[in-house]
Amino acid sequence: MRKTYKLYIGGAFPRSESGRSYVVSNAKGKFLANASQASRKDARDAVVAARKAFTGWHGRTAYNRGQVLYRIAEVMEGRHQQFSAEVSASEGLSISKARAVVDESIDRWVWYAGWADKLAQVVGSSNPVAGPYFDFSLPEATGVVAVLAPQDSSLLGLTSVIAPAIVSGNTVVAVSSFERPLPAITLGEVMATSDVPGGVVNILTGSASEVGPWLASHMDVNAIDLCGIVDPEEATELEIAAADNLKRVRRPAEEDWSADQGMSRLTQYLELKTVWHPIGV
Amino acid sequence: MTTLDSGVDSLADVTSSEDRLRRFLLGLPGVDQVGAEARAATLGTRSIKTTAKAYALDLAISMIDLTTLEGQDTPGKIRALCAKAKRPDPADPTAPQVAAVCVYPDLVATAKHELKGSGISVASVATAFPSGRSSLAIKVQDTKDAVAAGADDVDMVIDRGAFLSGRYGLVFDEITAIREAAGDAHLKVILETGELVTYDNVRRASWLAMLAGADFIKTSTGKVSPAATLPVTLVMLEAVRDYHEATGLHIGVKPAGGIRTAKDAIKYLVTVNETAGPDWLDPELFRFGASSLLNDLLMQRTKLATGNYPGPDYFTLD
Repeated sequence: MRKTYKLYIGGAFPRSESGRSYVVSNAKGKFLANASQASRKDARDAVVAARKAFTGWHGRTAYNRGQVLYRIAEVMEGRHQQFSAEVSASEGLSISKARAVVDESIDRWVWYAGWADKLAQVVGSSNPVAGPYFDFSLPEATGVVAVLAPQDSSLLGLTSVIAPAIVSGNTVVAVSSFERPLPAITLGEVMATSDVPGGVVNILTGSASEVGPWLASHMDVNAIDLCGIVDPEEATELEIAAADNLKRVRRPAEEDWSADQGMSRLTQYLELKTVWHPIGV
Repeated sequence: MTTLDSGVDSLADVTSSEDRLRRFLLGLPGVDQVGAEARAATLGTRSIKTTAKAYALDLAISMIDLTTLEGQDTPGKIRALCAKAKRPDPADPTAPQVAAVCVYPDLVATAKHELKGSGISVASVATAFPSGRSSLAIKVQDTKDAVAAGADDVDMVIDRGAFLSGRYGLVFDEITAIREAAGDAHLKVILETGELVTYDNVRRASWLAMLAGADFIKTSTGKVSPAATLPVTLVMLEAVRDYHEATGLHIGVKPAGGIRTAKDAIKYLVTVNETAGPDWLDPELFRFGASSLLNDLLMQRTKLATGNYPGPDYFTLD
């Protein structure tokens, strides 16, 4: 059945406010599906949804957030076949290689899920100070993170940029790969059915170059990952736009999605809160 | 289109007895519910952009009765609200002032003091707001207190129980008594449309309030859900328009409660313009009872000015 896939905003699947859609082809150029092409207003709505969801998501216990991420992995497992077919068609991989990519993506969710209740111990600290205080630092979520997902790696790459942001309590507005949006759309369906509160992850399909500047200059977005911007000059422009409200910016870089991810994405979207707690002398 | 078949002459004596009043109110043509809702929905789809939008946003700000009606209100909160009323966007002096600040009677003096010389009115709710379940003597005293403290506008509630059980004369007499007690203050009559159930009742209550001497008819207290809706406001605007046709008098309309976004506010302005006419696009004749609406209007204003989407972190909390 030929259908037009929709966006995923605030736990619902709306069409683009602009009414636009575009044709998605497989790696060989054959018609695959129609996808909604997100506009700046969809990005605006997604930011509103993400902001609304932030308090609740951030307020959950780290353990609970970890459980929800495990659940995402479980539900993905159930859709293994669909993901494999989409990754294979989008990226031109053989079905067995695509399966391996899906396995790796699921493992990535599990890996990040484990971090949920360990981040504070690793990143936080108690600090020796010269005074009658118990001084300690805690990592807290930055807020709303805009993610321009990688253009090439449509599932593993996407997973690797969303998971580290939400595990610490941030909410995400993600713009998928323009030419390979299908795995992202299915990931949206996974989110909707796996205990992730609506608005925690919002997925827009469309052009990162079109929507990116609006997210970069949006005063209610606290951080942006420019991973999906290919042109270095464009990335610089976005960095400049993002400077207005001192967003945390992650510049595009050569990424190896199948390598060990390390902690850099996890710590990118954290703010350290230091508390000076008076103690008896 | 008018809802009145009878001419101007008869309007003077419909209030001469309760019987005539009842006959008049019950004789008003019924509201086509589906039609009113469809009309409101159509008006809500108008696209207002660029310069028209900038005009609408500023107009909407200047029409706001910035409201705080909470049990937890303190003089400090009122002072903060008044500062915001005078200069809604501290970063942008071109943002217009709001029309009024709306508070409970005991806080009128504080608001009056803060707003001295600013041209912003102080509105006070009165008459045992929000339920209105008190004796007439107390309601009158409540109103006198508010006016004595310096209230420029008095927002009274009607006795919905009496209205719904058909004792129109009682409601009428109560409004006229408050009208008298309010003296020179503007009288806004709150119909509490959320409790009136039907649009026919809204139309009747609107006429009743106007005949009894209201300067403004207001949808709701904000304490009952649903509060203001577009179709209800449309029906009230029609009543105001027809009253103007019959008597030449301009009565104001104030939707209150539930209007939170600039988009909604603009829908209301379109409805005002298309129903009552451009005369009513004036803070003297149309107000929004709101608090969180102001921030959204300011954010939209900032978006037009800077081209970037602003965030709520950069505007004051109410």
